[in-house]
Amino acid sequence: MITKLPGSRPGLASFTFALLLLAGLLIALPLQSVRAQEPTPTDDEVNRIARHLYCPVCENTPLDVCPTEACRQWRDLIRQQLSQGWTESRIQQYFVDQYGARVLAEPPRTGLNWLVYVLPPLFILAGVIVLFRSLRSWRAQASDESPKNEAAPSSEAPADAYVARLEDELKKRS
Amino acid sequence: MLAEIGYGILVVAFVTAMYSVAAAIYGHRRRSAGAVESARRAMLLLWPLITLSAATLIYLLISNHFEVSFVYEVTSRSMPTYLKITAWWGGQAGSLVFWSWLMAAFASLVTLRKWDRDREFLPWVIVVTSVTTAFFLGLVVFFENPFARYWQTAAGDVIVSMFAPSHAAAFYPADGRGLNPLLRHPGMIIHPPMLYLGFVSFVIPYAFAMAALITGRSDDRWIRLTRRWTLWAWLFLSFGLVLGSRWAYDVLGWGGFWGWDPVEIAALMPWLTGTAFLHSVMIQEKRGLLKHWNMLLIILTYALVIFGTFLTRSGVLSSVHAFAQSAIGPAFFAFIGVTLITSIALLIHRWPELRGETELRSMLSREALFLLNNLLFMSILVVCFWGVIFPLISELVTGQKVTVGPPFYNRATAPLFASLMLLMGIAPLSAWGISAVRTLGRLLWKSAIVALLVTAALFAGYTRNVMALVGFFLVALVLSITFQEFWRAAQARMRSQGENFFSALWTLFGRDPRRYGGYIIHISMMLMAVGILGISFFQMQTQATLSVDDSISLGDYSVKYESIAQFRGPDSRQVTRAVLGVYDSQDAFVGKLYPRIDFYADAEQNMTIPGEFASLKDDLYVLLIDWRPASATGATFKVIINPLVNWLWIGSLLFLVGILIAAWPRREAASAPARARRPARADRSQPSAAD
Repeated sequence: MITKLPGSRPGLASFTFALLLLAGLLIALPLQSVRAQEPTPTDDEVNRIARHLYCPVCENTPLDVCPTEACRQWRDLIRQQLSQGWTESRIQQYFVDQYGARVLAEPPRTGLNWLVYVLPPLFILAGVIVLFRSLRSWRAQASDESPKNEAAPSSEAPADAYVARLEDELKKRS
Repeated sequence: MLAEIGYGILVVAFVTAMYSVAAAIYGHRRRSAGAVESARRAMLLLWPLITLSAATLIYLLISNHFEVSFVYEVTSRSMPTYLKITAWWGGQAGSLVFWSWLMAAFASLVTLRKWDRDREFLPWVIVVTSVTTAFFLGLVVFFENPFARYWQTAAGDVIVSMFAPSHAAAFYPADGRGLNPLLRHPGMIIHPPMLYLGFVSFVIPYAFAMAALITGRSDDRWIRLTRRWTLWAWLFLSFGLVLGSRWAYDVLGWGGFWGWDPVEIAALMPWLTGTAFLHSVMIQEKRGLLKHWNMLLIILTYALVIFGTFLTRSGVLSSVHAFAQSAIGPAFFAFIGVTLITSIALLIHRWPELRGETELRSMLSREALFLLNNLLFMSILVVCFWGVIFPLISELVTGQKVTVGPPFYNRATAPLFASLMLLMGIAPLSAWGISAVRTLGRLLWKSAIVALLVTAALFAGYTRNVMALVGFFLVALVLSITFQEFWRAAQARMRSQGENFFSALWTLFGRDPRRYGGYIIHISMMLMAVGILGISFFQMQTQATLSVDDSISLGDYSVKYESIAQFRGPDSRQVTRAVLGVYDSQDAFVGKLYPRIDFYADAEQNMTIPGEFASLKDDLYVLLIDWRPASATGATFKVIINPLVNWLWIGSLLFLVGILIAAWPRREAASAPARARRPARADRSQPSAAD
């Protein structure tokens, strides 16, 4: 029971109480979120990110297998970043900003790097075209030069024909 | 003293090789058989000379002559003798001598016996092989000398030089640096020689191809002469790649066998053109087609062999600028450029004469399928080559280094390899002449059904991954078709000759070893594909820090950390070895594993050796990642399960069997009289030692 003191206003006490309550809640709230924060990321979670990155200083070594001390520290850095809630793409972007595009497993699709992705399919396409054109021209030449012999026996012909051809082939090679 | 002798012999060998080239060319131009013979003898002299020099080097290696810089770099007192011998190819300079030694040996083998036929090829075979030998000897003599020694100047600096600089005294280090620990593994001991054997063997068909081009011979004699060389070269190169993969799996400690590392790709590229070459010379021998193409393939193979050696030896892959700093890089580059331009110019010069007999009956005929095979191999080559040199181009042009890694290569080459597998299935059927898709369908449908059933079973019980299922479907298809071919052929012989099944098979292998050996090789490739599919799509891994008696579970296994110990191993290793117990899903004890970390004090390097538990179903692979004795948290382990991976190694053994069968000389028909056999044997011994 609140005793009314001479000269005190009833609102001030309850206001102070409310303020203290609010302050208490505000202090308690971050404590709550610390308890609810994720546990330290496991090695597997770190490796899942590190697997798609390359060691910035070694030759062609993925970050999850690189045994050097520097790489261990980079993996610890990834662990820290994961525990702060960073996403994979943010972590990758961080490494690219710090160490350059070589930490990525493939060149980023910008500028000159487009050549990596575009040239091989073009070459292969060119090869296919050349192949088909030469095949067609050879077929045309063959059909011009000799009567087409479609009597070549198919392999599902009677077993005798197959046997005959097999023996023929074996004899040719002896 | 000994080092100077060794070096001097190499200089003599270099001069002899140059003389051999000059004499051969002179002999050809002046039509002097005597000059050509002199050139041949000079070339034959190379191998004994290089052997002598190499023997000197090996003696220096095993007797701790650390004042010689190469000996210092690759040996140390604590290394066992056999490792000191193999250190010959464990460093840059020594491996170049090794290359020259092999080249001289093979060139000698080819020209040892007097040739009764095709003598016009001889000068040019000598020229090509001696130019190659001279190039590698030149690199050693002028740039990377394994006999150079340490000298200490008056100022106290230690420098490396062949001959004593003025005011300098000989410097004798107390101990060597020792071979890179990664190279002290049995797989690593045979892997470089095997690869070099493959590389160098491919020079012989190239030499004969050049001889054919220069002399204007448009027939396929050069192919017949070098057919066995091509086969052996392909065997060595394939095995070199397999051994390298096995070594990477066992020793590099990342749980895989192929990382699309540029150095790996450098050895893969000549294999790709070599395989295409191997296949398409079959067609030229039978039909006279593809002459231009075969020339181009062998020219490319030679260029890629030198390029592969260049990539792994010149430091260009670590940085374009490292390339420019060492003199070896530009020398290689120039050599490849000159030989490539000369060879292609020769090919263009002879282009019209190499017209083939055109007998292409259909788009599905054998010839067309072989051309498709070549296109696929060339496409994979384009992807690999571009992926390897693009980072260098990027660094040159933009100054920015980029990595072209597994995602790029896997995405680009997977459909190409899958198409090759499909071809491996269809190709045997084409032997009987297919003229239409309908015919192909009739031959194919039974195997296709079998393959679909297998795939359906895997879909039901093993995986839903579409790409893996496509892969398994193709494996099942190829295996089914190939077995069907064996079955039908054996049945046919059983019916017509009354043989039983096994003697029918025996006859087939004996009378046509190339075809049926080839089928075995295709089967072995499918087994390897099973292993590759397993490890690529279904690998599981996990990592955790354990205290003693804790376990990690992964898949069907659980692994319990029992104990750890540190002790000194042989050759001054500090070994940290963990003992783990392996239990299956029923908690039954399965075995123990001993992953360890070896620390080499002389090289200041760690090696992580996994503990492996192998079965047909999968490999349990455990690495000791970390152990801090001072801390109480225990040891960190990475556990990996690689399903089906052992089929890769089983397949490679079957591959060896297949090649041996394919290289076997053909047996004559049992009915041929003994007298008739003699001329056949004489014929085989005719065209020089090339057989």
